[in-house]
Amino acid sequence: MNPTAFAPIPATVPALSAEDAERLSNVSPADWRNPKPLPVYHLLVIGAGPAGLLAAREAAALGAHVALIERHQLGGDCLNDGCIPSKSLIRTGHLLADMRNAVNFGALPPAEVEFDFRAAMLRMRRITARISRTDSAMNLARAGIHLFFGTARFTGADTVAVDGLPLRFKKALIATGSRSMLADIPGLAEAGFLTNETVFDLQVLPKSLLVIGGGPLGCELAQVFARFGSRTLISHSEPLFLPQEERDAAQMVSDALARDGVEIHLNSTATRVWVDGGQKVVELVNDGNTASTRVDQILTGIGRVPAVQGLDLEAAGVVYDAATGVHVDDFLRTSNPRIFAAGDVCLARQFTNTAAASAHIVVRNALFLGRQRMSALTIPWCTYTDPEVAHVGMYVKEARQRRIPVKTFTIPMHDVDRAIADGEEDGFVKIHVREGSDKILGATIVARHAGEMINSIALAMVAGIGLRELAKVVQAYPTQGAAIRQAADAYVRTRLTPSIVKLTRRWLQR
Amino acid sequence: MAALAPADAQMLDALQRSAFDYFVQQTRAHNGLVADTSRPGSPASIAVVGFALSAYPVAVQRGWMAREDAVQRCLTTLRFFAGSDQSGAVSSTGCHGFYFHFLDVETGLRAWQSELSSIDTALLIVGMLAAAAYFSGAMPAETQLRQLAKTLYDRVDWHWAEQDGDAVALGWKPESGFLSYGWQGYNEALVLYALGLGSSTHPLTAASFDAWTMTYQWENIYGIDFLVAGPLFVHEFSHAWIDFRGIRDRFMREKHCDYFENSRRAAQVQRQYAIRNPRGFTGYGQDCWGLSAGDGPSVKPQQVAGRQQAFYGYAARGVPWGPDDGTVTGSSVVASLVFAPDIALPALRLMVQRGPDAKGRSVHASGFNATAGVNAADSGNTGWVSEGEFGLDQGMIVLMIENFRSGLLWRLTRSIPCLRAGLKRAGFSGGWL
Repeated sequence: MNPTAFAPIPATVPALSAEDAERLSNVSPADWRNPKPLPVYHLLVIGAGPAGLLAAREAAALGAHVALIERHQLGGDCLNDGCIPSKSLIRTGHLLADMRNAVNFGALPPAEVEFDFRAAMLRMRRITARISRTDSAMNLARAGIHLFFGTARFTGADTVAVDGLPLRFKKALIATGSRSMLADIPGLAEAGFLTNETVFDLQVLPKSLLVIGGGPLGCELAQVFARFGSRTLISHSEPLFLPQEERDAAQMVSDALARDGVEIHLNSTATRVWVDGGQKVVELVNDGNTASTRVDQILTGIGRVPAVQGLDLEAAGVVYDAATGVHVDDFLRTSNPRIFAAGDVCLARQFTNTAAASAHIVVRNALFLGRQRMSALTIPWCTYTDPEVAHVGMYVKEARQRRIPVKTFTIPMHDVDRAIADGEEDGFVKIHVREGSDKILGATIVARHAGEMINSIALAMVAGIGLRELAKVVQAYPTQGAAIRQAADAYVRTRLTPSIVKLTRRWLQR
Repeated sequence: MAALAPADAQMLDALQRSAFDYFVQQTRAHNGLVADTSRPGSPASIAVVGFALSAYPVAVQRGWMAREDAVQRCLTTLRFFAGSDQSGAVSSTGCHGFYFHFLDVETGLRAWQSELSSIDTALLIVGMLAAAAYFSGAMPAETQLRQLAKTLYDRVDWHWAEQDGDAVALGWKPESGFLSYGWQGYNEALVLYALGLGSSTHPLTAASFDAWTMTYQWENIYGIDFLVAGPLFVHEFSHAWIDFRGIRDRFMREKHCDYFENSRRAAQVQRQYAIRNPRGFTGYGQDCWGLSAGDGPSVKPQQVAGRQQAFYGYAARGVPWGPDDGTVTGSSVVASLVFAPDIALPALRLMVQRGPDAKGRSVHASGFNATAGVNAADSGNTGWVSEGEFGLDQGMIVLMIENFRSGLLWRLTRSIPCLRAGLKRAGFSGGWL
């Protein structure tokens, strides 16, 4: 039986809905009046994304006088243009994929299931509005934080001006985040393109979409739009998607995208864009062969660059560069001992949880003589394709480069009872240990709920629990997370060397 | 090798003999080039030529071909490569001592805009060296054969192909330069590194082997510890020539294993996967496994075990992550004989018994698939069967059955100084080294 046909409903998403109005009133209230500055702040935070918000809240809760400066909208990229909107749409994509597959579960959907892009987008906006309530401007003010909307520039080693208003600080945190890297493709700017900052404002579902860049964002959104019914292509300059992840994981993402109908162009570079007949024509070069494709929209997701421009960092003596951002030491201190940085503006791993964790360190180190190190953190991350790809700790390649003998315990999801029952067998749990021990060096999980599963490995790593101990944990059955326990069991079985088995046999036969 | 039951010995002899016939039938007399497949219009594959050169000693040893005839065939082939266009132009035969993967079988010029292939050149060169090692007589023809083989080996500029970091590039095209995916991670390239490191003219750097092995992954899957690679041929190709029993590089010393034992485990993992048969393909089981590179059905997707299953045509199938569409590659099971006869022999018997004929067509064919829409012409328990034969499969069948029966190729290559030197430079020690 063929998968159920889907008919997108032609409908336009309003540019500004009631949901947006609520979110904007929370994250960027039009009638906001900046407070009267204190003579000096214990902590001045520039940027109210995940790092800035966490630092401001924690510091204020500990009794510090905190100034928080936001140029645009509270919540940063994560809330407004990133994690939350994309996950909301991904959820809709999951549902569509499940409906397509429903007949295999004995559920018969209508012959033609309609997809309402407008409803999906409004749902996404409702969700971001709701989450924006937590860190609304009013709530931050209630927490005792002096919230300033405006553009911050350093004017000295301990001074900042917000739209000309001078603020003094004892310590400052630069948490300005990152922005989309613009693809340098002739004709692209003229033809027009989407980034993560504009894709969630789409008013009409594009009939066709080319995603340039096969990193996490590109892969997630390519899959979503394919599931929405857009003819979707993805081009990536390397031989595999998600170049940071291990090959098996990247290959599974590639397979999953192909199953969802995404046209995949690996080892391909977009070299030229022009407009013809109202469509964008993109020239793709692969191994010397040139081909062109016509699409309605282009989404670029080739990476992010730290937001360091316009801060006048030189005036504060803060060393930075355009590519890697603000230079920090392991304590997240910049070249100015009063000034720290956290999140995307200074870190290679540009994730929300990493930004928050680094901000937590800065509050300790900046205000309370802490000596917490960024390198000591264990930080998991996840790409929310279906299946998801989650990772924590070291990759095998990293371990081998550091000459650490490494062994991996691999459990295919097709060996996990619950995954079989759920029809979610694509994926694996791989736990890397130091050869000859049960010490966990890292793990990669590919599974429909890999992001949920990786957390227990992160917990084990932080708590110093090895596979031997993990094997003693009785878990609820059947669960997909049991794959982790199965990997631990596999470790324990390898300890049953032939000589031990010989001894147990002798004991039993005594 | 343990004594075989007469029926098994007969089965293997018939399979090996008929596989060798491929090289007799598909070789061009004027240049020694061998068609990639028996299908009409097939170009030559340089790797298949390497297998042919290695198969002639087997044929002489088994009495299937006169020694003089075999020497002449080898000489014709080597003379062609020695005189071929090495300009690297878009329609030449090669450059830097390497050759394009596919050549026009009549003219010997590049076909299909194929890449200058490092691994396929290695398989060609090791075939030349194996033939030279076997034809060690003092007759002028055999002397000339040995000289030509040395010349052609010496002119390969292995170092030139060290492009991807230090690892060897997969290939190069005159239109676009080096291909972007290097030979990293465990794959069939052991023989390439052994040859490249052993060169006295243009050797690979020692760092190249380190760079390649840096991306190895040693995993415990289905309770079996092994160096991972999905398709079975990866665990087999280099072993057709090099006897990896008891010799270990740094990685295998660390793992208390060797590459031969690793290939045995890879066969076990394949079998475990087939027993689990997670995708519900017809036929898979303890005696039906062997996912590898090869031809498969190119039919429309169909429902299989409650899923929409696509079929991939020619693909490098592997376990446990796929791609898998229910296609089994018979030659990969034959090649497992040397490593794991206890499981490979029953699988081979079943394959021959299932048909579609008693002559082992499902073994010689590049693939069979009992799940995909059954082709009426191929009715029988095997369902879809790949049309014709592929030279690589026949080469592996001839060489690996011979290694299983007598170890001939392994003995020959042990005596090749550059291979020994290359293995030692890669850090191998112990055993026959």
